[in-house]
Amino acid sequence: MSGARSEGVWRAAWRRLRHDRVGIVSLGVVGVFLLLVAASAAGLVARDWQAELAVPSAPPAFVGAALPAALPGAAAPDAPRADLSAVDPLAPRYREWDEAAKRYATSDAVRRDSLPFGADRLGRDVLAKAVRGAQVSIFVGVAAALLATLIGTALGALGGFFGGAVDDVLEWIYNVFTAIPGILLIFAFAAVVGRGVGPVVAILGLAGWTGIYRLVRAEFIKHASRDYVRAAEAIGAGPLARAFRHVLPNASHVVLVQLSIHVVGFIKAEVILSYLGLGVGIDQVSWGTMLAEAQSELILGHWWQLAAATAFMAVFVTAFSLLTDALRDALDPKLRGVS
Amino acid sequence: MLLAIEDLHVHFRVGEGAAARDVEAVGRGAEGVSFEVPEHATVALVGESGSGKSVTAMSILDLLPGNARRSGAIRYRGRDLLAAPRAELQHLRGREIACVFQEPMSSLNPVFTVGRQVCEPLERHLGLGRRAARARAAELFDEVGLPEPQRRLDAYPHELSGGQQQRVMIAMALACEPKLLIADEPTTALDVTIQRQILELLAALKARHRMSMLFISHDLGVVGEIADRVVVMREGTVRELGDVAQIFTTPRDAYTRALLACRPSLDEPLPARLAIVEGAGGAPAAPADATPPRTKDPDAPVVLEVAALAKSYWERRGLFGRREVAVLGGAGRGVTFTLRRGHTLGVVGESGSGKTTMGLALLRLHEPARGPTTGRVVLYGPGGGVDLMRLPRSALLPIRRRVQIVFQNPYASLNPRFTVGQTLAEPMVIHGVGAGAADRERRASTLLARVGLDDGALGKYPHEFSGGQRQRIAIARCLTLDPEVLVLDEAVSALDVSVQAQVLNLLKDLQDELGLAYVFISHDLAVVRYLADDVLVMKDGISVEHAPAAQLLAAPRHDYTRRLLDAVPHGWQPRTG
Repeated sequence: MSGARSEGVWRAAWRRLRHDRVGIVSLGVVGVFLLLVAASAAGLVARDWQAELAVPSAPPAFVGAALPAALPGAAAPDAPRADLSAVDPLAPRYREWDEAAKRYATSDAVRRDSLPFGADRLGRDVLAKAVRGAQVSIFVGVAAALLATLIGTALGALGGFFGGAVDDVLEWIYNVFTAIPGILLIFAFAAVVGRGVGPVVAILGLAGWTGIYRLVRAEFIKHASRDYVRAAEAIGAGPLARAFRHVLPNASHVVLVQLSIHVVGFIKAEVILSYLGLGVGIDQVSWGTMLAEAQSELILGHWWQLAAATAFMAVFVTAFSLLTDALRDALDPKLRGVS
Repeated sequence: MLLAIEDLHVHFRVGEGAAARDVEAVGRGAEGVSFEVPEHATVALVGESGSGKSVTAMSILDLLPGNARRSGAIRYRGRDLLAAPRAELQHLRGREIACVFQEPMSSLNPVFTVGRQVCEPLERHLGLGRRAARARAAELFDEVGLPEPQRRLDAYPHELSGGQQQRVMIAMALACEPKLLIADEPTTALDVTIQRQILELLAALKARHRMSMLFISHDLGVVGEIADRVVVMREGTVRELGDVAQIFTTPRDAYTRALLACRPSLDEPLPARLAIVEGAGGAPAAPADATPPRTKDPDAPVVLEVAALAKSYWERRGLFGRREVAVLGGAGRGVTFTLRRGHTLGVVGESGSGKTTMGLALLRLHEPARGPTTGRVVLYGPGGGVDLMRLPRSALLPIRRRVQIVFQNPYASLNPRFTVGQTLAEPMVIHGVGAGAADRERRASTLLARVGLDDGALGKYPHEFSGGQRQRIAIARCLTLDPEVLVLDEAVSALDVSVQAQVLNLLKDLQDELGLAYVFISHDLAVVRYLADDVLVMKDGISVEHAPAAQLLAAPRHDYTRRLLDAVPHGWQPRTG
């Protein structure tokens, strides 16, 4: 292509996003989280999240080590033990057993009294769990959103562009899906496909495409009768080329914004599923399983697992939502050409 | 003096933070806009898009967006409105100064009856009771010529036609008997016959109510009929200001002269090329080429023969029922014509006459599921004739090369996500024109040069071009396929007159050079006269008259054609008596 290629819509959107301070900060936060997820997936951090490093429910370091448990009724009596050897039939063998025991080297692992952000009831590092949980939760959110967007965009494009019988059939399917309460639909899928990361992605993707379908369909209906699509037909472009080469890029801002809105929604949905025991496997950790565990810990005053999971989730979800808003502003065609 | 605008400047603040800058909308540098509106007079603000005429008018009542900054003075009966507090402006709006806008459909609130919308200012400003306001509204409807005013009060905007909606808007503006009526392109969205009625209505109302009117228009033909004084604006400054007779007979400014010359007229002898305004689109100024246009070969081979072309839509009734509604060629009277190589068929008619439907049907661009198309569209070529209507959809591809279409709105007909290079390459890729990307690019830049754009355009996106340039790109896209027939669907209607003249010249040159046959669809008889050899007049989907252009314009046989011709604004004429 000769001549300077000038600013495309994406580049213009990036230029607008760059001037949006909130957008850039949230982009940075999301970027840090994604790096964390990548590092965790590569095994660089939080690999040993299952190691029981500290005493059960060790408090965060900034709170200080817990006092040794001093249960009232269990205090050892001060008086010397009564000599029971006369009546104990096993008494002659105690010495022998002690000798035998000395031949095995046993080490009682040194458990720490506190961790940077405390430990759960098994003594596992809450911070490592939260990082590992971020990996699972964010992966589930992004993958499920991609799946839902793919289904919603493909069906919406077909229905909106071609109309007629295709659209009627898709509308019936859409109506059936939206007639069932969302959470019930998710439970129904969960009952069928079972637990694990893959199944959760499939459940959320299959249950959550309807909103995207509706918006993409509307966008395609709007564009399908535009002159530029007619002009493409007039030069001989086939229906699929018109739908996906011509219209899709013009509807892409809707798809992108919907994608990021759904990432946030699905992260929260995964948390709910895992909390209810329908989510990821029991050998995995996600923000949802952490919250589920925190329920019983909270009664004992062990708030740190709840705090860690909530803080991670709140920061990520907020940053992602703000980024989504900034993206929508940057990509909004109505604002295009104003600056 | 009722209204005096003195050295007005309007800036728009664009962008945020460090990137913010001012864009001059009215006034350039130190030069502001000044003019006066005397009592009982009509002053017209004329200019093309971007001339600042609407911004000037809207700044009188401060109806501008929040980022506008005004300076100078706007004196209404000696009171400076720029310095007036909000409450005072609010009091003036509607009561002393009222507005009528271009799009009646979007100016009326669709969820309220028109009666309620007219009653609102009566109750608010004049303190009338419900019953009195309703009676007054019915009077106003009667005055603006709405039939059955009592019944119309309870109508919703969508139940009225465009002309009736504009009458409602005028009734609303007149409700409080304003001293000044600001009419911002009040007839631009209307058909010519309706435009004529509205213009007459406005003139009559102005005389009866002894109002003044500030009339904003891009159309000198309209302005010449209604204005007493004319202010010609261009790029934010006043180019010429004077009496309407003086502006039309002895224009002093070169721009005014060019504006008057570049519009094709209905009664002057046809020039071979239209005059061009200096500077617009980078083209040098050129006077009209007075030599009579080249005569065309009446025996040129026929390229397109259309017989009994009709199109109808399915209208759903109930759950499964449907009804056929004819939009073209109802009652067994389909459209019939033949088109010869190098010739132009003009198709004129008002909105809803089925002319666009016909244009799309020629290319089979209608969705078959929406309704049947019948008749014959035979395209003749070296290999004999092919009936497009009989071809299966899969066999249309070779035909697409030979028949192309240019749409009305150049802002909508180019894909905003494609560069011009991509737009021009796509048809060549589909049809296998050119050998490889380099060859296609070479062809694309040759065509761009042909339509008057340079190579640098290839890498740019449509939004970086003006309307006229985009229309040139759309024409270049058609030319990539070397078509025989070009359907031009209101291809110059959305363009400013000066740009329109350039595109019309281009179309004429291309026809002479390449022997293209045009189907030129337009509502504008003057433009059709300039380009067409034969004219087809359409009304309600039926062709009511079909004759050679000169004959049809000189001696129209059908009543409807006569009405269309009478309705065309003819500019200023010496007033007798």
